[in-house]
This record gives sequence, structure tokens and C-alpha cells, in this order.
Amino acid sequence: MITMIKTLAAHIKQFKTASLLTPLCMVLEVVTEMIIPLLMASIIDDGISKGDMGHIWKTGGLMIACAAFGLLTGVLGGVFGARASTGFARNLRKAMFENIQTFSFSNIDKFSTAGLVTRLTTDVTNIQNAYQMILRMCFRAPFSLIIAMIMAFAINAELAKIYLIAVFILGIFLMLIVSNAGKSFSEVFKKYDDLNSSIQENVSAIRVVKAYVREDHEKEKFTAASGNIYKMFVKAENIVALNNPLMQITVYTCILLISWLGAKLIISSGGSELTTGELTSLLSYCMNILMNLMMLSMIFVMTTMSAASGRRIAEVLEEKSDITNPDDPDTDIPDGSIEFKNVNFSYRSGDGEPVLKNINLSIKSGETVGIIGSTGSSKSSLVNLISRLYDVNEGSVMVGGKDVRSYDIETLRNNVAVVLQKNVLFSGTILDNLRWGNKEASEEECIRACRLACADEFIERMPEKYNTHIEQGGSNVSGGQKQRLCIARALMKKPKVLILDDSTSAVDTATDAKIRKAFAEEIPGTTKLIIAQRISSVQNSDRIIVLDDGTVSGFGTHEELLETNEIYRDVYESQTGGSGDFDENKD
Amino acid sequence: MAEQKVKELKPMGRHGRNLGPKPKIENPGKLFMRIMKYVSKNYLVHMILVVICIFTVVLASVQGTRFTQTLIDDYILPLMVTDNPDFSELASAIGRVAVFYGIGAAASYLQTRLMVYVSQGTLKRLRNDMFTHMEELPIKYFDTNSHGDIMSLYTNDIDTLRQMISQSIPQLINSAVTVVSVFASMVAISLPLTGITIIMVVLMMIASGKIVGKSGQYFMEQQKNIGAVNGYIEEMMEGQKVVKVFCHEDESIREFNELNDKLFESADRANKFVNVMGPVNNQLGHLSYVVCAIAGGLMISSGTGLTVGGLVSFLTFNKSFNMPINQISQQFNAIVMALAGGERIFRLLDEKPEADDGYVTLVNAEIRDGKITETEKHTGKWAWKHHHSADDTTEYIELKGDVVFDDVDFGYNPEKIVLHNVDLFATPGQKIAFVGSTGAGKTTITNLINRFYDIQDGKIRYDGININKIKKDDLRRSLGIVLQDTHLFTGTVKENIRYGKLDATDKEVEAAAKLANADGFIRRLPDGYDTMLTGDGANLSQGQRQLLAIARAAIADPPVLILDEATSSIDTRTERIVQDGMDKLMKGRTTFVIAHRLSTVKNSDCIIVLEQGRIIERGTHDQLIDAKGKYYSLYTGNFAEN
Repeated sequence: MITMIKTLAAHIKQFKTASLLTPLCMVLEVVTEMIIPLLMASIIDDGISKGDMGHIWKTGGLMIACAAFGLLTGVLGGVFGARASTGFARNLRKAMFENIQTFSFSNIDKFSTAGLVTRLTTDVTNIQNAYQMILRMCFRAPFSLIIAMIMAFAINAELAKIYLIAVFILGIFLMLIVSNAGKSFSEVFKKYDDLNSSIQENVSAIRVVKAYVREDHEKEKFTAASGNIYKMFVKAENIVALNNPLMQITVYTCILLISWLGAKLIISSGGSELTTGELTSLLSYCMNILMNLMMLSMIFVMTTMSAASGRRIAEVLEEKSDITNPDDPDTDIPDGSIEFKNVNFSYRSGDGEPVLKNINLSIKSGETVGIIGSTGSSKSSLVNLISRLYDVNEGSVMVGGKDVRSYDIETLRNNVAVVLQKNVLFSGTILDNLRWGNKEASEEECIRACRLACADEFIERMPEKYNTHIEQGGSNVSGGQKQRLCIARALMKKPKVLILDDSTSAVDTATDAKIRKAFAEEIPGTTKLIIAQRISSVQNSDRIIVLDDGTVSGFGTHEELLETNEIYRDVYESQTGGSGDFDENKD
Repeated sequence: MAEQKVKELKPMGRHGRNLGPKPKIENPGKLFMRIMKYVSKNYLVHMILVVICIFTVVLASVQGTRFTQTLIDDYILPLMVTDNPDFSELASAIGRVAVFYGIGAAASYLQTRLMVYVSQGTLKRLRNDMFTHMEELPIKYFDTNSHGDIMSLYTNDIDTLRQMISQSIPQLINSAVTVVSVFASMVAISLPLTGITIIMVVLMMIASGKIVGKSGQYFMEQQKNIGAVNGYIEEMMEGQKVVKVFCHEDESIREFNELNDKLFESADRANKFVNVMGPVNNQLGHLSYVVCAIAGGLMISSGTGLTVGGLVSFLTFNKSFNMPINQISQQFNAIVMALAGGERIFRLLDEKPEADDGYVTLVNAEIRDGKITETEKHTGKWAWKHHHSADDTTEYIELKGDVVFDDVDFGYNPEKIVLHNVDLFATPGQKIAFVGSTGAGKTTITNLINRFYDIQDGKIRYDGININKIKKDDLRRSLGIVLQDTHLFTGTVKENIRYGKLDATDKEVEAAAKLANADGFIRRLPDGYDTMLTGDGANLSQGQRQLLAIARAAIADPPVLILDEATSSIDTRTERIVQDGMDKLMKGRTTFVIAHRLSTVKNSDCIIVLEQGRIIERGTHDQLIDAKGKYYSLYTGNFAEN
């Protein structure tokens, strides 16, 4: 908890002044708020009662001055509070975003995409609101309570003790309510989340529901769950419902006790120990003290609720990238040869299950190598080690004869271009997207890359050609088109090694073949690694790697493997012998 | 799936990248009344009691405000000048007030308790109404509204309504009652002073109106910037690995900082205005107090009949007049938001449910010597019960699975026809395969047979009956469907399979799983058939989920099947098991299959080649190969050279 607060507080930075001024202004506002009732009493007691018009004018003027001061401090408190909290939120977002940019793939895997989005959005908003409340209320409420208490004691210590007892009792009750209700609410919110996910399920599976005519069945299920939640909510809220009457009973009891005891005191002492004016003031502090106590309990609830958000944000801020540039980075990659030497790899170093076991491979520069194997055979894991998206646990991966860990990461990744399996395009024109590969690329270079990736044919058919706007996530192009654009984008780097991780799965066989042909003719010097499900995509490669459960089961030409490798033969036969893939993804 | 194809219909999602300003509410008064009517439908008595409670609470607290004055004027001051003070009267006065207070506190408790039932009960009813209604809506609704938007009705919009029902409305009533009773008391004391107070209140309202107006503009700006920042965050987090691969970190940081700074500026401004509103109103309240005190003082000295005690009480009321006004202005924003949420919810509730004019029903049948009789028993045979109202006769037609498309035209949008002049027929037990490129209209055809969408022109006949005449539920019951995207429900494996036939025995479930080749992997799961599936079966592989979907269709045992084969992204071993399961399922049933696999296509009785919504070729595998057309080039994969 304390380290979390420290981590977060380190990002207040330039908003420290505003963060300090906010509570100060709020405290000053409280002071005016305390003085004004005294002035009000004075207007009544010394002015109106005595018919002293001059006093009314004078005190009234003073009161307006106080109000003006209160206005000033209140407004400033609001202004500073807004600045400090929104500025803090800005800094948190900025720090998180910047830190995420340094994350390695394994860091990204640790947090899910949705998890990161929530932390950057909802969680930051929660912290912003909590921070604003803490700045504006956390000092104000106890300060106000204490001042009121002191004033009450100054008037009459004996009577003021009643408040002390009331605060104590009410405090205990509030704590009980808060802790009980908190438990009930977290229970019901969990159920509520379940209910919402079942709605979500129904919305996305509506075709199944309708196809099986299960509308009534779903309604029944839903109504039962919804009724259950109703009961839980009622139970939880009924606890909270005690809040108001409890507060009122305390206030009323105090008023009555003070009235009774105060009246007796005034009468018996003949006004020497307590005046009527003082009694009125004493009564007016009652509300003040107890309302502030209520406010404190609310602050407590709010901060505990946002503590979870704070923890999640701190996790991102504290996460350190596990892949960093070497001290003396090498920026010269001689060629596109690749070598794996005794490589062992697991996603969680230490206890993780090994996904690659004792891999030894040597690929010549300019060679085209196909990689095949069933799901879970670690094809992607193998190629991800080459551009240091992950680091090996044991052994070494070499590119151009040198260990990948000796290179400057940016140099390495620009020379080893990976077209990821789960790829995305970004909102912007096609040219914008292509230039991710090379910022300074001319339009001609872009067009050439698209021609190589066979993307030119469909781009040319679009009304705005290369200036066509791509929607977020590439939702306005088909799967096959997206894959070809991603290949083109990678080609823009003019890499020494090009890795296609199942990047043509949605492209029809003919175009797939055309792309491979273009590669062979146009970029013969580039080492090409092609992961595929379809045997036709790899069978013409120079050599093919067959992966099975994290080990290399075979490495050779198509013909060699057909003879020696059982897995390869099996896949080949299943795909060509009648149950293969009838390609339909021509777009 | 079909969702992609109706993209042109899809409105901009509310969670889209550029969150524009919220649309203005057309008729807020009417909407408010509709919400109130909805609430009071079941809780009218509660609501009336709540209002009574609020009155009691307010009266008790006004009583309290007055008591201080009575205490001093009527008891303390007279008793002070008495030699032998008798406290019994004071005691009984305090006792009386205590009773008042007690009633007030009790009323306050009753009010909150009642409101818990009113708000939670209403929310429950609303949730149920929304869900029940949603289940009745046509597929088109789900295809044209983003799922995020639909979900947001159940989460955000319901929540704004909860706020309004449980907090804003009681608060408003409370404030209104307070204002009225305090106002009445003030008028009773002094009309001119009341006038001054009213002027000050008007000033306060103008000031807060100005602030609300200004802040509204900044809030809009803030909303827009939040939308932009969130959109950027979503996009970049989704593509974070690509950012790494392209070393694009610095650019994205730069772009993000720009958006982030903009958001900060507008959020800063918007929050400032909200924060300023409180102190401004507060201090204006103090000003009002001073002005009244001075004016009152002058009035007393000029002898207008105002007494000292009167002025003192008036000033107390002046103080308690400002508070509720302040509260009302605070509730305003919440109510506007709730109305916007309410409007969206009512739009869902007003959405027209799926129309069904069908009257032909599906019944269990007994067939003896070609004569069909209806029966209660489950015979395994089914018949269509067709009642001709013209001559009041009932005809029974055996359910066979004979499907005919006769010159069908269809478009998701009437202006944009996507299927043209489709003619096809399938006799019972036949397998019809659809092939063609993405967007050729394969999925669309299958959407029409079960009437997820209704055709624009032409006829679809099922066992000789126009499907428009068949009751939708019965039509769908007779059709099994296995989609490419497998959807499973939270629940056990057994429950998921049983979804196809709710009253299936455990034996039947296992038999269906065996048929689908799913039995093997299910038994290896930690709890076998009782293993819980959550998050759409996230703990299963794609292939296993497909096997469950096949088992689910198998247990329903429909005469006609619609299959959408998965593309080959699963590995060969699993693929073979899934394929085998599908084959077993298809045996003996009329099957429409969107085919991706060679074996499926080859073994079909008829292959339909679609291109841009038209059938361009049809025939068996051999016929089409001989024809050397589109199918031939698809099959050989060398049409690029053509």
C-alpha cells in the first residue's frame, strides 16, 4: 500500500504546487465558514436584538468581506483541485503509456490488452476522482470537525463532551455499516458482473439461441439470476439505509441533550456560565461536527474503492522490460544467416514449461525455409527468438554470425522483419500504414512493396488507391487483404531476414504462390522463413523445418521429408488426399 | 459472418473513436413522465408513502429549526427571571420535540428502505423487460447494433437510471418540499424580505446557469478528447506487438502525448467550472443573509411591524432556503444523463420484435400405411400441421427436408440486393455445398432458410410449404445449425450439449458426444461431462469447441442441417476428428454446407458456385471439373494465370 502510494505520488511532479495549494485553500475556506456563523450570531445578538443598526452595517460588511474571502479561497481551491487532479491523471497516463512502450513481448503477455486499456482509462479516471476528493475534502473535513469541536469546547467544555461521545458512537456505527455493506456490495457486484457477462454471451450467441429456439429458456435463466441479484442488492442497501436515520438520531439526541442541559445551566447560573447566544452557537456546531464525520466515512469508502485501481496502475508503472539494449550495441548485421545453438526456451523462465527444447538449426543467408507443425508445436516461439521478441533461456540465437543479444535492438528488428500471426493495421491511409516500415519511403517504394506482396491489385481497385483510409484494426479490408498489406509493410524495411508467421492463411492458394514467386525473383538475397498450415505454401521452399512439440522433428527438402519424416508425410497426405483445404478465400 | 456483410447498415458505435457530443433529447418532459410511469406501475403505493415520509422528515427538521427559538424565548428567558424555576414544562416541551424527532428519524428510515425496494425492484423489472424483449428481436437488430452499445444499455444506461430513481428524485422531492415549507414560513414573517431572498436566489440560479452552460461546453470537449484518447489507447494496446516489431515506440509516445495533453486541458477546464459552482452559490447565500439582515434591521427601526424575534426566525429560514436550491442545481446534471440513458433503453424496448405470421406447426406424427396422425408421443417422426382456414380442413405433411428456393432475391438493405435470382433445390438426405469467395453470399443463403432474415422476392418452400407460413419456432426446431464461430454458454459441458434438447437424458448426451467424436476429450477434462465452461468455453481449444457444437446439433436430431465449416486454422489431427464428426452428423440429413474442405465438396450431391450473389455454376464435382469453369480453377488453384 505504501509503496503503491509512493509509486503513484512520484508522478504528481509539476502539479505539486497545485496539490499543496488545494487543501490550503480548502482549509482557509473552512476558517471563513467558521467565522461567518459567529458574525451571524453577532448580527442577531448585538445588532438586531439591541436595535444597533451601526453594528449590523459593520458586522454585515465584515461578513461580506468574509464571504468574499471564502469565495476566493473556495474558487481557488476548486481551480487548483481540478488542475492537480487532472494533471496527475495526465502524468499517470503519460508515464504508463511510455513505460508500456518499453515493454517486451513477455511484459505485454503478462498484462492482457484489455487489462492495459482498463488501466490507462477507467483506473486513471478512478484515481483522478479519488485524488481530487482527497485534496479537497481529506483535510477540510477533519479540520472543520476539529475547529468546530474546539469552538464547542471553548464555549462550554462540559456540554461539548456530549459531542465527543456522539462522534465516538456514530464513528463506531459508521465503521460497522461501511465494513458490512462493503462486504455485501463486493459480493453482489461480482454476481452483477456474472449477469452482465451472461447478457454479453446471449448477444454474441444470439444465432445459436434463435436457431435452437431457446429464447424462453434464456429468459428463465436470466430472470432467476436477476431476481437473485435483486435480493442481494436489497440486503446490501438495507444496511446502508441505516446511515441517514442513524445520523439524524445522533444529531437530534445531541440537540435535545444540549438544549436540556444548556437551558438548566443558563437558568441555574443566571447566564453567567452560558448565555443564550452561546447556546445557539453550540447547537449550530452540532450539524457541522457530525456532517464532517459522515464525510470522512465517505472519503474512506471512496479511497478504499479506488485503491484497487491504484494498485493496478502501480503494477504497470513498476514493470520493467526484461529485454534491454546491450551496453555496447552492435549496429552492423553482416548477412541474413541464422543459427540456433542448443536453444531452450520457456515463456516463464524458471518454472515455465519448456516450449522449445534443445534446438540446433543453421540457415544460410538468402535461403527460403518453410516451417510446419501442428498448433502448439511452438512454430511462432521459434521465429520470435530471432528478432529478440523473446530471449532464450539457454543457448544462443545468432543472426549474421553474431548473437542477437549483442545487436542494437532497433537495428536488429529493422533487419529481421516479422509479419506477426495476429497482425493489425492502424487507422490512417494505406500509405501511412506502409510507412511504418520506413518513415521516409517514397510513394514508388510503397507501390513496389505492395506489388511484391500482391496487394497492388486490390489497392488499385479502391477509389482512393493508396490514400484509402484504413479503419481502426483494418476493419474495412478483408482478412486476405489485411495480410497482404502487413506483408508489404514489413517489406518496406528492406530486411535481411523476412519472417512470415502464418501470414497468408486467408490469401487464396494462387495469390499465395504468386507472392512466393515474387519473393524468389525480386528479393533473392533475403532470408525468408515461412510458417504455414498449408503444405502447398512451404513445399517449394529450399528446406522445411518440421516442428513437433517444441523439438525439430525434421529439417530438409520436401522430397527428403516425404521419405524420412512421418509427421510431414501424414500432413501431406491428409491435405492432398481428399480431406484437404478447398480454398475459397479469393477476394 | 453475416455481421460483416451488413456493415453498411451499421451506425457509428457510441464507443467509436470520435465520440461526438451527445444527441439532444427530443422531448425531455415526456421522457421523464414515461420513466416515472414505469417506476410507479408496480410501486405507486411505495411512491406515495415515500412522499409522505419526505414530508414528515422535512416537517420534523423545520420543527427543529424553530425549537431553538422557542427554547430561548418561551422557556429559558422566562425561567431565568423566575425565583424557583420549574423545569417540568421545559422537560415536557423537550419530550414533545423528541417525539417529533423520533417520528422524523423513523420516517427517514422508512423512506430509505422503501426507496431500496422501489429502485432495485424497478431495475430488476427493467433488466428483465430489456432482456426478454431483446430475445424477441430479429437477428437484424444484433447485426446492425454494435454489441458494445447493446451491453452499455445494461451497464451504463441502467446505472444512470438507478442514480436518478434512488437519489435524484427523492432529493428533488425533499428539496421541493423544503423550499415550499420554508417559503411559506418566510412569507408569513415578512413579504418584502422574502422578495429580497427571491431576488438573491434568482441571482444564484443565473450564476449557476451561466456556469453550467459554460461547463457544459467544456464537458462536451472533454468527452470528445476522452473518446480520442481512449480510442488511441485501444488501438495502440491492440497493436502493441506490431509497434515493437516496427520500432515505432517514439512516434506513438509523441502522438499519445499530444492527445493526452489536449485531454488534460479540457478536463482541467471542465472540472474547474464544476468545482467553482459550490463556493459561488454558498457565498451568494451568505450575501443574501447579510442583505436581509440589514434590510430587516432598517425595517425594524423604521417601524414596519417586523419584530426582532421575527427577523431572527426569518434569517434562520433564509439560511435553510439556499441549501435545497443548491441541491436542486446539483441534481440537474444527473437527471439529464439519466434521461439520455432512459431514451436509449426505451429505444430498445420500443424496437419491434420479430414478426411471425406463421401458422403451420410441427407435431409428432405416427405414420401408418401412408396415413399421418398427430400424436403426443415422441415417435421420431414429425409432420407439418397445416390448417386451411378457407375450408377448415387440417392437412398433415410429413417432415422430410425438401427445400426449394424459387427465384429468390435478397438484400440486408432493401436498396442493396446481395442475392439475385437464386434457384436451388435439395431433396431429402441430399448434401448441398456452397463454394465461392468471401462475400459471394454463402452465409446469406443459410440465413434465409431459417428466416433469420426474410427474402425480398421469390419463394422458399420447405416440404412444399412456403416457409412464411411456418411458425418460426417450429421452422427453426426442424433445422440444425453449426456455425463457424462456435458459441458456448457458461455452464457444464453436459448443459451445453443439452442445449440442443433440454429434456435429453445423460445417456442421450453421451451418445451425441460420441457421434460428434467429442466423448474422448470430454472424459479427459477434469470433471468430465460436469466440467464448467466459462467465457465462451475459453478453457477449450477451437477444435474441442467445434466438437461440442456438433454434439449440440446432433442431440437435437434435426432433419435438415446448416453447416458452416471452419477454415483450416486448426491442426491436421484435430481437423480430421472434427471432419469425421461432421460427416457422421450429416449422414441421412438434408445438409446445406458452406464448404471449405475438399472432401466435403467432393462428396456433395450438388455443388453450388456463387459469385457476387449469383449462382454461376452448379453440378457434381465431376460435372464441374469437366466444365472447366470457375469451380475448376478454384479446385486446381491456378486461375491466377487465366
